[in-house]
Amino acid sequence: MASELKMPALSPTMEEGTLAKWLVKEGDAIAAGDILAEIETDKATMEFEAVDEGVLLKILVPEGTDNVAVGSAIAVIGEEGEDTGGLSAAASAAPSEVEDVPGEGKDVGREESEAAITKIDMPKVAHVDANLPEGTTMKSTSVREALRDAMAEEMRADERVFVMGEEVAQYQGAYKVTQGLLDEFGDKRVIDTPITEYGFAGVGSGAAMGGLRPVIEFMTFNFAMQAIDHIINSAAKTNYMSGGQMRCPIVFRGPNGAASRVAAQHSQNYGPWYASVPGLVVISPYTAADAKGLLKAAIRSEDPVVFLENELLYGQSFDVPDVDDYVVPIGKARIAREGSDVTIVSYSIGVGVALEAAETLAGEGIDAEVIDLRTLRPLDTATVLASLAKTNRMVVVEEGWPVCSISSEIMAVAMEQGFDDLDAPVMRVTNADVPLPYAANLEKLALIKPAQVVEAAKAVSYR
Amino acid sequence: MARPAKKKAATGKTPPLGNKERPPEPKRYKAKKEELLDFYKQMLLIRRFEERAGQLYGLGLIGGFCHLYIGQEAVAVGLQSAMEVGKDSVITGYRDHGHMLAYGIDPKVIMAELTGREAGISRGKGGSMHMFSVEHGFYGGHGIVGAQVSLGTGLAFKHQYSGDGGVNLAYFGDGAANQGQVYESFNMAELWNLPIIYAIENNHYAMGTSVERSASEPDFYKRGESFQIPGIQVDGMDVLAVRGAAEVALEWTRSGEGPIILELKTYRYRGHSMSDPAKYRTREEVDSYKKERDPIDRIKADLEKAGVSEEDLKAIDKEIKDIMVEAAKFAEETPEPEAAELYTDVLVETY
Repeated sequence: MASELKMPALSPTMEEGTLAKWLVKEGDAIAAGDILAEIETDKATMEFEAVDEGVLLKILVPEGTDNVAVGSAIAVIGEEGEDTGGLSAAASAAPSEVEDVPGEGKDVGREESEAAITKIDMPKVAHVDANLPEGTTMKSTSVREALRDAMAEEMRADERVFVMGEEVAQYQGAYKVTQGLLDEFGDKRVIDTPITEYGFAGVGSGAAMGGLRPVIEFMTFNFAMQAIDHIINSAAKTNYMSGGQMRCPIVFRGPNGAASRVAAQHSQNYGPWYASVPGLVVISPYTAADAKGLLKAAIRSEDPVVFLENELLYGQSFDVPDVDDYVVPIGKARIAREGSDVTIVSYSIGVGVALEAAETLAGEGIDAEVIDLRTLRPLDTATVLASLAKTNRMVVVEEGWPVCSISSEIMAVAMEQGFDDLDAPVMRVTNADVPLPYAANLEKLALIKPAQVVEAAKAVSYR
Repeated sequence: MARPAKKKAATGKTPPLGNKERPPEPKRYKAKKEELLDFYKQMLLIRRFEERAGQLYGLGLIGGFCHLYIGQEAVAVGLQSAMEVGKDSVITGYRDHGHMLAYGIDPKVIMAELTGREAGISRGKGGSMHMFSVEHGFYGGHGIVGAQVSLGTGLAFKHQYSGDGGVNLAYFGDGAANQGQVYESFNMAELWNLPIIYAIENNHYAMGTSVERSASEPDFYKRGESFQIPGIQVDGMDVLAVRGAAEVALEWTRSGEGPIILELKTYRYRGHSMSDPAKYRTREEVDSYKKERDPIDRIKADLEKAGVSEEDLKAIDKEIKDIMVEAAKFAEETPEPEAAELYTDVLVETY
């Protein structure tokens, strides 16, 4: 019986892809394991293999088609001479409904995350930067491209800057963040390492002590735990322990926080860990503009910087000012949305959740102000406290655990320095205090959601 | 089904390093009279410095951990006398006083660091284990066992990247040699052909654990074999043997052959740190090194052969003693850091 071939999900976060090339044509006999097509995801070009045998009866999506949604029908396979009439009617690039039988998984081979936070349709926000000259044009750029542009620009400007990590060069980056850097800068400055986090974090730190400007990529920050000794004991403490004599100007960067359906060992927010260490600068941007401007500032900094990105944001596009040298100052929070009734403080992907909640709250007559911390150390407490003084109510949103967190810190600051401005206790919305589970429904339960933020904002507003 | 046990191949010999060229066997360095005198002076300076540091520790003027280098002087002096200050770089672990003195860093500021004073080389914020002199290319002074091996590999990367012709000398002990990051570093150093000399100071004890109890391969010079890094075992109690090995190692690294390992067989006369009663070894063992293999006594014999008189040596002893008296006096009298120093140097920039 004829059946549809569907656009496969080739990475945990893939939502759509480009059908780059068909390697078979209509009428071809197909055996299991044959390569049918090349599919470009946001990360890589992958080969799509046949699972069953049969004859390729009809191609529904021609090669070269962009934005083919995961799960949509791309071809029909069956026995020779079979009628494809009923099925070909479904030919379109639109995703077909995938029937989800509980416990069986979807036919992409595994279930998708059910958590809203893993969807890439977060609210789009305009980047507000008062310092930009009037008439500055904006360019829609993904966070991934913004990070790459930041590195490329700084590498052009300063010979001492180099990028080192696993798969950063020939593979073009495990998440494609370093795409194109090898071609432009060569293998002297874009260096593939063995899988050896502790070792290359130390090599980078030593090179920084010697006067270079390393950008060390961790494939994810989960793996940086093997290297945390160098980040903290070698990089962060050197300037102090040497009485200001020896510096360590290095950037440790990579994705941080929960991705999608990769479970506990690959899903953790290290913001609070690093932000607790004097001697480090810790940055965790949300928008592409901040990713670019802050990474440039981080590379130029004389201090060691931990730069926490988010895999789920890599593919999201934001307006980035189209200027020659866009640098965002370290240590300054950004008011992502102005409001007067309640302050919602967040960072990284949590800002998207906060903004979505703010939209809902607006519909219910609560005007929320959303603050994107951007830098976690040093923390811009002045901006937070000024907003609190205006709204008298505060909720902290964090895609991470609650205990000893950035939210704990913000709440302590509010108590110590903003007590008289508080009309209600500060509340926080964080991930559940558990290792992140794999099962789609449990993962959804563990991660922060806009509805929780709405509820908390109403609670502090006594509404 | 049981299989018959395979016969173990009879080895007993160091397997060759593939087809890779090996450095030549080092020869005992033929030092001129002036060089011999210089080595003697430097070793004596280290010994007197460490003895004085031990005294100041006993008086409560030095706190925390304090690891003395007495007995190992020939290693630092033999290796570093061959290095070029300003071109090459040196990095080490927590037993760092001797390595600093061998690089000509002022004993006053080192001693003042030990006593935690503002005038100390780290402004009193680092202490015994954390001292640096970027000016001399001395990059510390690291308290985490083995960290300096990866950091030193990074410094070697810098030498290669900037093409400055320098070589990094990374010291570590027989204890650190069992840390994983050492082998991560070996792998990258050979892969990238980095100019680095890994100097393993094998003083036979990692704190209280002997090499026999901690190392499946106690010949540390062989530890680079599976990474294609050649190794040489050296008598670390003979400054001229060490200097001879340094010549070979520098020639090897400077000519672009990549990393090399030197295992310096040495001995520390004191405990691991000041608080270590050293009950894990016998007095006879310690005495045998002191009486029969002392590096300072050994060079005295060479000096005698070179025609240096007992009087000349006494004059040097006096000179060193005076330097140490002055350094100790300085370290005791110079003030502690201002309270405001607590918050300086955490970050370089203001954000």
